[in-house]
Amino acid sequence: MGSMDMNRRKLLGIAAAGAAASLIHAPAVAQASPRVVIVGGGFAGATLARTLKKADPRVSITLVESSRTFTACPFSNAVIAGLRDLEAQQFGYDKIVGEGVTLAFETATAVDVGARTVTLAGGVTLAYDRLVLAPGIDIRWNALPGYDQAAARQIPHAWKAGEQTMLLRRQLEAMEDGGVVIISAPANPFRCPPGPYERASLIAYYLKTRKPRSKVIVLDAKDQFSKQKLFVNAWKELYPDHLEWVSLSQGGNVTSVDVAAKTLHTDFGAHKGDVVNVIPPQRAGHVAEVAGVADRSGWCPIDPVTFESKLQPNIHVLGDAAIAGGMPKSAFAANAQGKVCAFALAKLLEGAAAGETKLINTCYSLVAPDYGISVAGVYRPANGTFADVEGSGGVSPLKAPREIRTLEADLANDWFGTITTEVFG
Amino acid sequence: MMIATRLLIAGLIVCTSSVYAAEPPPGASACSGCHPASGGRHTRVPALAGRNPADIVAAMQAFRSGQRAATVMDRIAKGFSDAEVEAIAAWYADPR
Repeated sequence: MGSMDMNRRKLLGIAAAGAAASLIHAPAVAQASPRVVIVGGGFAGATLARTLKKADPRVSITLVESSRTFTACPFSNAVIAGLRDLEAQQFGYDKIVGEGVTLAFETATAVDVGARTVTLAGGVTLAYDRLVLAPGIDIRWNALPGYDQAAARQIPHAWKAGEQTMLLRRQLEAMEDGGVVIISAPANPFRCPPGPYERASLIAYYLKTRKPRSKVIVLDAKDQFSKQKLFVNAWKELYPDHLEWVSLSQGGNVTSVDVAAKTLHTDFGAHKGDVVNVIPPQRAGHVAEVAGVADRSGWCPIDPVTFESKLQPNIHVLGDAAIAGGMPKSAFAANAQGKVCAFALAKLLEGAAAGETKLINTCYSLVAPDYGISVAGVYRPANGTFADVEGSGGVSPLKAPREIRTLEADLANDWFGTITTEVFG
Repeated sequence: MMIATRLLIAGLIVCTSSVYAAEPPPGASACSGCHPASGGRHTRVPALAGRNPADIVAAMQAFRSGQRAATVMDRIAKGFSDAEVEAIAAWYADPR
């Protein structure tokens, strides 16, 4: 009996020592429920919330999002062209709430980095162990002289999906045949690099099929853009009379906006449109500036393994707001980053180091409803950012039978259904 | 007694590491952007969960070499080594 008692004491002693050791090495373990606050419920933030809850159900997660309905940007160009209803772009947070994530439908107004708290517009203060900012983009109002919030009610940007998308669609629908649509495309970096060109394509499709004496002109602040050869080849084939692209070196750089005259001024002249769409310069969503994680570029430098800000500790930045090297500002990238960051956070909250990672991006663009093209890439952390994995990635073949373009349009539709189901469904 | 102690320690290690059990190997979590979590959703893109890992490895090798026609998978497969593909395939065979 005596030896049994001694053995029991030894056993308990070992267990207690084990618990003490874990307290010292991983303080988060001792806390019943590590707290993560996420600001922004788009493709990055909502993905992170769901994935982290599954990776470590003990984590107490609050998702701060100002809108009860999320309106997705991918495929919103099809809404503008009358090919799709806005409702097909909209998703709620019920499933995410059902999985144990707390939703706060509010705006974050302040971040105290030292105290590790976020204050919401209603006055509530949330404490965090880790804060994740996934605020997407904000428009740089007045970066283009004449283009401010009031101007956007006459000349939509439609670069955040929702009412702006519908405003541009209604203007196109109201335009008489023979009209001119002008799109201004910004310099890099901006949300969805192929987006302006997909938009021009689908508007050209709308004009060709509904208002054939009209045309769309793209005034571009760049000479090069995403999937350029594929777009340009397709435009020659599909829209030779309906789409004109004016590059930077041809005088495409818009320098100011005259709202009343519906006119865009460039270095070389003025372009008056019947419908005008300014895709303005952008930066990380406002809360990034509030938290001090945006640099002078307006975007947020991050560690590519953990997505932790290089400017503030315990704050992570995902999606369009982040500077992610070779990774574009796309919904696919945001979703991929949300998943990788969730597993990194699960480890960091345990006091462990985040594991090795690799990320993928795939972006489809529609040149017509049945004509899709794509770009894909594989990325790895290198030199403090994301680098393309050598030999991987690239765009759809320049020469391909029409069936391949149709297949890629179908795959684009499949992608949207799959990713929105993973994030919101 | 030594056995009991070892079991207890092993138990502690299992408990601690169980949080990490679902952690995907590099690259694996990105696949579900296009490949649905289950076969329930109608899509041309196959679900990966529960598939025979040898099939995933063979498909990735064929995409990479160009033997199998692809739209985007040829470009993506070239970004992964054999060891990485094997780890991803094993994880999808038993991801939870």
